[in-house]
Amino acid sequence: MIEFILRRLFQGALVVLGVTATVFVVTRLAGDPVALMLPLSATAEQRAAFSAQIGLDQPIWIQFARYAQDVVTLDFGDSLWQRRPAMEVVLERLPNTALLVATGLGGAVLLSIPMGAVAALRPGGLVDRLTTSLSLLGLAMPQFWLGLMAIMVFSVMLKWLPTSGFGTPAHLVLPAITLALTPLARFTMMVRAAMIDELNKQYVQTARAKGLTLRRILRVHTLRNILVPFLSISGWELITALSGYTVVVETVFGWPGLGLTAVQAIQRGDLFLVQAIVFSIAFMIVVIGILMDVISKLIDPRIELN
Amino acid sequence: MTETLLEIDDLHVAFDTRAGVVQAVRGVSLTVGRGETLGLVGESGSGKSVTAQAMMGLIDVPGRISGGTVRWCGTPLVGEGVRRAPRNIWGREITMIFQNPMTSLNPLMTIGAQLQEAVRLHLGLRGAAARTRAADLLNAVGISGAARRLDQYPHEFSGGMRQRVMIAMAIASEPRLLIADEPTTALDVTIQAQILELLAELQSQLGLSIILITHDLGIVAGLCHRVAVMYAGQIVETGAVDTMFEQPAHPYTQGLIRSTPLLDACDDRLVAIDGTPPGLLIPPAGCAFQPRCPVATAPCGVPQVLTPTGTGAVACCRAGIDAWKVGAA
Repeated sequence: MIEFILRRLFQGALVVLGVTATVFVVTRLAGDPVALMLPLSATAEQRAAFSAQIGLDQPIWIQFARYAQDVVTLDFGDSLWQRRPAMEVVLERLPNTALLVATGLGGAVLLSIPMGAVAALRPGGLVDRLTTSLSLLGLAMPQFWLGLMAIMVFSVMLKWLPTSGFGTPAHLVLPAITLALTPLARFTMMVRAAMIDELNKQYVQTARAKGLTLRRILRVHTLRNILVPFLSISGWELITALSGYTVVVETVFGWPGLGLTAVQAIQRGDLFLVQAIVFSIAFMIVVIGILMDVISKLIDPRIELN
Repeated sequence: MTETLLEIDDLHVAFDTRAGVVQAVRGVSLTVGRGETLGLVGESGSGKSVTAQAMMGLIDVPGRISGGTVRWCGTPLVGEGVRRAPRNIWGREITMIFQNPMTSLNPLMTIGAQLQEAVRLHLGLRGAAARTRAADLLNAVGISGAARRLDQYPHEFSGGMRQRVMIAMAIASEPRLLIADEPTTALDVTIQAQILELLAELQSQLGLSIILITHDLGIVAGLCHRVAVMYAGQIVETGAVDTMFEQPAHPYTQGLIRSTPLLDACDDRLVAIDGTPPGLLIPPAGCAFQPRCPVATAPCGVPQVLTPTGTGAVACCRAGIDAWKVGAA
């Protein structure tokens, strides 16, 4: 186990390094950073001075060596937009994103298990058809549209909730629901399908022949057995949420998290902040992947960690 | 006869399929007495497993009990008028083991957890007491190192060992009847013998009644007191084991016995009963075996009723004729 985690951490470090190298190359190929970051009115002297200040006058391999050195010490330089260390900005915004993702995905997990399980009890029944249709609807609605509709209905028309911003629990409701709907739909479909599969297995007959109630069979036997596939799909949703959903949802609702900050940093040509954000997300994805593998092994002893 | 425990009366089980209603069990009546071993014999699709599932209340959509009743010591369990089966009979008084021990246990729960589940539910034991009882049960079915084995998972057990665990689970509640649905079909021959020996041993120790479902006549001869032969969802012959092997009355039973390979007759070709059983979407009106029967005559077109003979009963109007002797007809 320990050996596995160490090996995965090493592999993960390579992945993070690969991602940072890619970001480095892309941000320097995508255009002249100096032109992006300085106003149009800057003089040639100002440009040269700025270029020297951030080290862009050096040959590319020296730039990369310095960059790699900075990455290792988690120093991504100062954000040009905020005029303070980029990592500081990331660490300040990260908890907001974590709160949004935890609320949204947590809610989706908690709701999808009973919904999928009930649907699976009678495949083709009324509850099942309703759940499946709603799930398809949930999957079909893009989040940017859903978010705007939610603002229109609940904030503008009904005036129940604030349109956007951050601070009170009420501000969290709409973004969390918007973020949760797609994962909720996918989770529910997955739980339903896996439950139907599981309920048809022989060990369920054994459990019934033992005299166990259906409720206990669901709770103790089948639920545990769908946990491994459920875990992998929720890990995947978590990664998607961190690296995609939050960008859209935070932008729509003005939620000051990492996703919104990424959009703003890109718009402002804030090279160093973009690098810090991409590095942090890549790091989180690697850690989530390792955690999922370890938890799967704890649930299913047949899984070989190799 | 000894006290009757289980009584099945004119049981019908149907499955609603896309193609129509399949009548898997068509009027089966059986009784099992205390301490008795009943063999339920028949080929695949003859309805023996479905009968067993009906006895345990395990028939699920698309299947349904379409007629008849199953009674336990006089209390109806399934059938007309039974909304909810009385608790504490299935799983406690009647338990069941299945054909494939490889898939019969939950792969993600330890053997101990699965055993203790039954112990807790039926004996009301908790904690250390439940664990001790679970270890005793493993010992009783011949698994050594029980304390260590309790914390292992099914994949760490061989097929024969898993079937022993299944048996341990099935006797956890000190039941009076054990239904064994082809308990050795998925196992090697040597393991088969061990499992059957274990069942016989437990029966004499615990005074258990057993319904043994199988298609292996050798097993029946070794373990059972009485046999019921099923064909196309009906019982075609019942009787004491000895009589039935010596003087089978029904042409189908005769055919089954004749087609059993014998070690001392290895130079002969294995004989078979030509043809296949009828489909049960539209079951035949008369004798279901008629198309394959060498001695069938015109009266075989009418429904056959189980008629008592000396030691059992047979449903055949040509019963008693040595059907497979050349020129018997």
